[in-house]
Amino acid sequence: MYRIVERRMIVPNLHEFTVEAPQVTMAVRPGNFVILRADETGERVPLSVADWDPEAGTVTSVFLQVGGSTAKLARLKAGDSIPTYAGPLGKEAEISNFGTVLCIGGCYGIGSIYPVARALHEAGNTVYTLLEGRSRYLLYWQEKFRPISTRVIELTRDGSAGYKGHISRLPEILTLEKIKPDRIIVNGCTFLMMRTSGVTRELGVKTIVNMNPIMIDGTGMCGVCRLTVAGKTKFACVDGPDFDGHEVDWEEFLKRRETYNVEEVQPLRRSGCASHY
Amino acid sequence: MPAKPIDPKKRPMPKQEPFERIRNFDEVALGYTLDLAHEEASRCLACKKPRCVEGCPVGIDIPAFIQCMLEADFSGGIKKIKEKNALAAVCGRVCPQEEQCEKVCVLGNKHEPIAIGRLERFLADWEAASGAIEKPDIGPPNGRRVAIVGSGPAGITVASDLALLGYDVTIFEALHEAGGVLTYGIPEFRLPKAVVRREVEYVKSLGVKLHLDFIVGKTRTVDAFQKEYDAIFIGAGAGLPWFMEIPGENLNGVFSANEYLTRCNLMKGFLFPAYNTPLKRASHVAVFGGGNVAMDAARTALRLGADEVHIVYRRSRSELPARLEEVENAEEEGVIFDYLTLPTKLIGNERGWLTEIECLRMELGEPDESGRRRPVPVKGSEFLMKVDAAVCAIGNSPNPLIAMTTPGLSVGKKGNVVADEETGQTSRERVWAGGDVVTGAATVISAMGAARKAARSIHETLSK
Ligand SMILES: Cc1cc2nc3c(=O)[nH]c(=O)nc-3n(C[C@H](O)[C@H](O)[C@H](O)COP(=O)(O)OP(=O)(O)OC[C@H]3O[C@@H](n4cnc5c(N)ncnc54)[C@H](O)[C@@H]3O)c2cc1C
Ligand SMILES: Cc1cc2nc3c(=O)[nH]c(=O)nc-3n(C[C@H](O)[C@H](O)[C@H](O)COP(=O)(O)OP(=O)(O)OC[C@H]3O[C@@H](n4cnc5c(N)ncnc54)[C@H](O)[C@@H]3O)c2cc1C
Ligand code: SF4
Ligand code: FES
Repeated sequence: MYRIVERRMIVPNLHEFTVEAPQVTMAVRPGNFVILRADETGERVPLSVADWDPEAGTVTSVFLQVGGSTAKLARLKAGDSIPTYAGPLGKEAEISNFGTVLCIGGCYGIGSIYPVARALHEAGNTVYTLLEGRSRYLLYWQEKFRPISTRVIELTRDGSAGYKGHISRLPEILTLEKIKPDRIIVNGCTFLMMRTSGVTRELGVKTIVNMNPIMIDGTGMCGVCRLTVAGKTKFACVDGPDFDGHEVDWEEFLKRRETYNVEEVQPLRRSGCASHY
Repeated sequence: MPAKPIDPKKRPMPKQEPFERIRNFDEVALGYTLDLAHEEASRCLACKKPRCVEGCPVGIDIPAFIQCMLEADFSGGIKKIKEKNALAAVCGRVCPQEEQCEKVCVLGNKHEPIAIGRLERFLADWEAASGAIEKPDIGPPNGRRVAIVGSGPAGITVASDLALLGYDVTIFEALHEAGGVLTYGIPEFRLPKAVVRREVEYVKSLGVKLHLDFIVGKTRTVDAFQKEYDAIFIGAGAGLPWFMEIPGENLNGVFSANEYLTRCNLMKGFLFPAYNTPLKRASHVAVFGGGNVAMDAARTALRLGADEVHIVYRRSRSELPARLEEVENAEEEGVIFDYLTLPTKLIGNERGWLTEIECLRMELGEPDESGRRRPVPVKGSEFLMKVDAAVCAIGNSPNPLIAMTTPGLSVGKKGNVVADEETGQTSRERVWAGGDVVTGAATVISAMGAARKAARSIHETLSK
């Protein structure tokens, strides 16, 4: 059993979740994820690693409450235990001195891109961070990003913080901010990653995305996480989760993500859980 | 004394009726009763030079345990088996006996061979039911530490052999339950998970430590283990599923057998939504392949409520690699076998869901390297099959995780770890390997056999 050190809602529906798992902290790298089960009947849920403390032996993720399993997680409190917490999994993010890197995070991806941005900063890159969300109250961790970023830029759909609008404004923002990125990295919801890849293709900037397909084992054993990248089938859990956003077959990816939509609604109705869907 | 007349037939296995069993996940074969077991045992000729023993990959003294049964000395019988095989309840159920001990049993010349597997299972179940599982003497601790990667039959066997010799043994398992394929692959209706759990508990009772959720190569590398352990055994199995590499394989509704079976067995998808992992309920299912994995997937699909399940196999019935008993079970249950059929394309609707499979008829040509007649396509024989799910059960190779993170470990073309056949020694010092990770997908008993040899070699090396 793995003890929960902390679980608190940081912005509506997004939770910071810290678990005691020293075996993971010994090996974890930016870009890795873990797989956990909320209880003995739970499914295996992949969550990216957003931070860790080697001394305390704890690992932190940020999760969005979307369905049954994340609703279970949202009910846990400090001192509770969960039966499964396996990792680190997946290839680590590619870290080297690229020059100027723009890290874009939205939703839980603000959390998961933090260790990547930190490692890029430590590797000598000029790091800009762009936080994206519907509204100001959905952005978080600005104070963690500031010390490792040359600038933290905000983009909200309602304009309540920073730039107003969608990620389609990225080219314009880059011009206004005088940023010439050598590489862009995006973490967060599928649409954010797909749209960003769309606009950066025209800019000709290599764009890395952090794919989040349905998974079971996370070790390359089942193949449910497969996606097409540059015309080839890849398993996100072992070949990724980071891929070149310009090479991903997004249409297929979105369809595969919907495989269990019907079934996932069933337990929600049963449990009368009120989480948004 | 006149020779007793030989009963030409095996005692049939009592089973759940097909119409009943396709609606539940309970074990199909119910096991011999005391009377049936006794009758079957009495068919044995107690040969002076028993061929069956030679046919058994681990050399169980078969006539000896059968003799014990005839004398109603069941605890003596199970002890005889356990001298050579620690997983009797598993092997009695899943070994391909018709290819091994029963294939060479002298009775088989004229009649049906002795049902050796069923007798083995009887004794193992008798022992479990008696509650008095005998534990052999454990040697005094020798202070040597061994790390074992994977908790399948290979890992479990090395662990128990070395624990009995006084080693300090720890198994590291990637998944949240131990047992390997026995837990995540072979379905409940063929191998109840309670049986597997019992074997795992037994190994733990010998003092073996078990770390679940631990992915060797990720959580810790083999290199890191080498600083902490005197020996490492890799029994990581062959878990990487192959796909057919035909168009449409990433459509929704197309599964690897591993995914399909894992959702059902390990994650208990058949109990959804009480267990949270969903499993698609399809009405028309096609399973590609002809081995045990394909049979298991097809019979699982039936139990999940499919109206029609097809096994699509490119050769003919006599080439099916599955255990004969399971082929017969599948036939009884109403699985439809499309022999000499090759899927060539998967076709989906606009929402990305599988709707049809394009197939080609085959005919058997000249024998190929495996000695089986090679299937060749019949020109112009394309036809469409309406389905809403397809399961790919055409094979697995070892997962590359360990090979990728262990420099200097020799690996073959298909990703299998290269190990000495007699000792299990790999190219890395103090690292052994055995089971499916070395041979590619094979059998429980061959994994155990390789593990035995590796345990012996580890002991010899470390006692030098
Ligand atoms: C490598 C990897 C890393 C991940 N990291 C994180 C992370 O750090 N934080 C996090 O919150 N999630 C992360 N996810 C996604 C997360 O695993 C899923 O959100 C979770 O499994 C949903 O479980 P559920 O039972 O609550 O929802 P389900 O009932 O399974 O899903 C409910 C609905 O939400 C949709 N949905 C599922 N996942 C997502 C998603 N990620 N975004 C939008 N909609 C979704 C489903 O299609 C479905 O319609 C990651 C996924 C992968 C593969
Ligand atoms: C559906 C199905 C049906 C079968 N039916 C039969 C049958 O009827 N009769 C028969 O004899 N054989 C059958 N087999 C084959 C048989 O199950 C295997 O040959 C046997 O289990 C191999 O044993 P193993 O210990 O080598 O590997 P496995 O049983 O595969 O166990 C390997 C274990 O290692 C773990 N692992 C892998 N990588 C790592 C890592 N990096 N770190 C930690 N742990 C790791 C895996 O999670 C797994 O638990 C069947 C196989 C399948 C899939
Ligand atoms: S070969 Fe057959 S008859 Fe002879 S001892 Fe073995 S099981 Fe009995
Ligand atoms: S999650 Fe099973 S192979 Fe990737």
